[in-house]
Amino acid sequence: MSQFSSASPAFTGHDPENRLYGPLPDVTGEAGYEPDHPARVGFFTDTSVCIGCKACEVACKEWNTLPMDDADGTRDALGLSGMSYDNTGMLGANSWRHVAFVEQSRSVDLPMPSMGVPAAPDQGVGSAGGCGGSCGSESPAHGNADGTTIDQHSVLNAQALSSFDPQTAQSGDREIRWLMSSDVCKHCTHAGCLDVCPTGALFRTEFGTVVVQDDICNGCGYCVPACPYGVIDQRKGDGRVFKCTMCYDRLTDGLQPACATACPTQSIQFGDLDELQARADARLATLTEQGVTTARLYGRDTDDGVGGAGAFFLLLDEPEVYGLPPDPVVTTRDLPSMWRHAAGAAAMLVGVALSGFLGRRR
Amino acid sequence: MTRPDPEVAQADTPEMRTSGRPAEALDAPLDHRPGTSGVATPGGGWRRADGPTRGQQRRKRKGGGRRGGARDGDPTVEDAEFQSYYGRQIVKSAVWKTPDVPLYLFLGGAAGSSAVLGAAAEFSDRPALARTAHLIAGGGAVASVGFLIHDLGRPERFLHMLRVFKPTSPLSVGSYILSPFSALTGAAAALTLAERVDRVPGWVKAPWLRRTAGVGGAVFGGPMAAYTAVLLANTATPSWHEPGNQLPFVFTGSGLAAGGGLCMAFTPVDQAGPARKAAVVGAAVELAAMHKVENDHGIVSEPFHIGRAGKLLRIAKACTAAGAVGAAVLGGKRWGAVASGALLAAGSALTRFGVFDAGMASSKDPKYVVVPQRERLAARAAGTQT
Repeated sequence: MSQFSSASPAFTGHDPENRLYGPLPDVTGEAGYEPDHPARVGFFTDTSVCIGCKACEVACKEWNTLPMDDADGTRDALGLSGMSYDNTGMLGANSWRHVAFVEQSRSVDLPMPSMGVPAAPDQGVGSAGGCGGSCGSESPAHGNADGTTIDQHSVLNAQALSSFDPQTAQSGDREIRWLMSSDVCKHCTHAGCLDVCPTGALFRTEFGTVVVQDDICNGCGYCVPACPYGVIDQRKGDGRVFKCTMCYDRLTDGLQPACATACPTQSIQFGDLDELQARADARLATLTEQGVTTARLYGRDTDDGVGGAGAFFLLLDEPEVYGLPPDPVVTTRDLPSMWRHAAGAAAMLVGVALSGFLGRRR
Repeated sequence: MTRPDPEVAQADTPEMRTSGRPAEALDAPLDHRPGTSGVATPGGGWRRADGPTRGQQRRKRKGGGRRGGARDGDPTVEDAEFQSYYGRQIVKSAVWKTPDVPLYLFLGGAAGSSAVLGAAAEFSDRPALARTAHLIAGGGAVASVGFLIHDLGRPERFLHMLRVFKPTSPLSVGSYILSPFSALTGAAAALTLAERVDRVPGWVKAPWLRRTAGVGGAVFGGPMAAYTAVLLANTATPSWHEPGNQLPFVFTGSGLAAGGGLCMAFTPVDQAGPARKAAVVGAAVELAAMHKVENDHGIVSEPFHIGRAGKLLRIAKACTAAGAVGAAVLGGKRWGAVASGALLAAGSALTRFGVFDAGMASSKDPKYVVVPQRERLAARAAGTQT
């Protein structure tokens, strides 16, 4: 590892090779591996097909023998979060996958909200607009006369992507949908946790992922507030920090990570990162073409604040709705400036302290 | 974070409670409320299903609901609308313990400036000031090492800090500052104490030995006081990261005030002149830099004004200002030096506790993560910022 050659960008801010910030095509090579290292791997989590089954969480806990904890990270406690179906709450030392459940509703301005039995799609009475079988409009004529209803139908259809969408339902003047997303460590190109680790316990693997060596970690906890996503955390009662390893032990044996293996809908896809990125771009194009205007990729852009994530997502709403920061930036980007100001401040201290000795003696 | 009580959460989600959104916005039609969903999400209008109804929200308001930032007559920040995942925090709060780490920050600053004062006093015929400064620097440095090691999750592995040297890690750089600093200032302090012990062999009492250790420690004194600011700032904690260029001046100014103040309090007034001047100038720097931290960073400055952090920082400011004025006016009198030195040290310590608390508070509320990042995205979209 090139501990000393990486010294200059952090202190000087001169970073032509994007070692602190910006796109970095070969992050594994930058970490010091020989050019014949394996390709960078990653996760593509497509939340549009997530069914919230939490198989990923269970597989992860099982494979990595993670302790039980509740939604607030309290170890050995089974606590209900009191919010939606989410009792995991957050990523942490003991939860390396976290399925977010977001229940959303919006009002639907129908001319005559109907509380009656929804028209069955097969009977063709109310389905001229392509309504998925649960819309409450009285007749196609009414629906066509009302612009909002048509919008409603088109959005509903697009998101359904089929005649039946289990994630969206309509009831009276309210439309309900569920967003589900399996969150995980992003294995950033520029990983704040890795940058700030003072012991070298966190390291870049030959697969381009970021892993903690638990025999090195001394529990200083610096990585915990350094992560812009709030992923890594200290395990209570143990003192060391833990996070997703992308199943480093399985990767070295040619297996896929446990969560991707367990996912029944291919919401979690594992593979070479460039391949996943191409697949995600195609998926986004398909969804956009079908009218899902809210779909967007998160962590895909190598120009973003962390140089692109090794685990990225297709989301259907703003990132913060899922508990993700909308514009995360690796803290190390600003470190050269901070070091410069610290040097100035240190010089100020010495100057002030010494200047007191000048002049007349009192 | 505190877990929302289910019953409270039904009536008023944490998100609503913390955002304190203007009442008029709640009276707007659902799809025309300010916020990101209607603007950034074409065809959107989705709201979290378990949010409060308008009536519940209004009732809460009438019941004296607090609005973030509008308390205490402090500079207020526009109430911001934002979305979050059930109001849960996004970035993790630092796991550093209180009072270990704030005390470490305080002692590091006081010891750093004392080390410089002590070394200079050695060469300006002020033996009493040198003695005091060596003892404060050495004592503070050794105690701060203790606090730092105690704060580790695996204290027995503290030597792992010296496995590698990483400029990207302020804690790694700091380990290489703290280690020689505490060793040298500790040695200078021990040699100072040894002078008064009869059984100690004569060569140990040689002034050149003490002076060498003192000067060696003083070399690391400035970095010691300054690096701890970078330690906090180089995180994703909003209220630490954003003022990252000003915190070093807060911390060194505060270190000068504390170190100068303590040296002044324990030194005869005829030798304490340099300590007094350092303390007064340091306090002024601390107050000026802290003013910028508290006011230049929009919503991220808010945690410095509210809650426990706000209270601590207001007391800190009062102590520091009173101590600085006291030192300048009454520092020539013994009791005045003691009183103002104690005030300056207390102000410095409270500043560290306040800054620490403000950062912790900013990490616990998703508002301080989402709103600035949204503003950044909007500015970038508008092409006004790179």
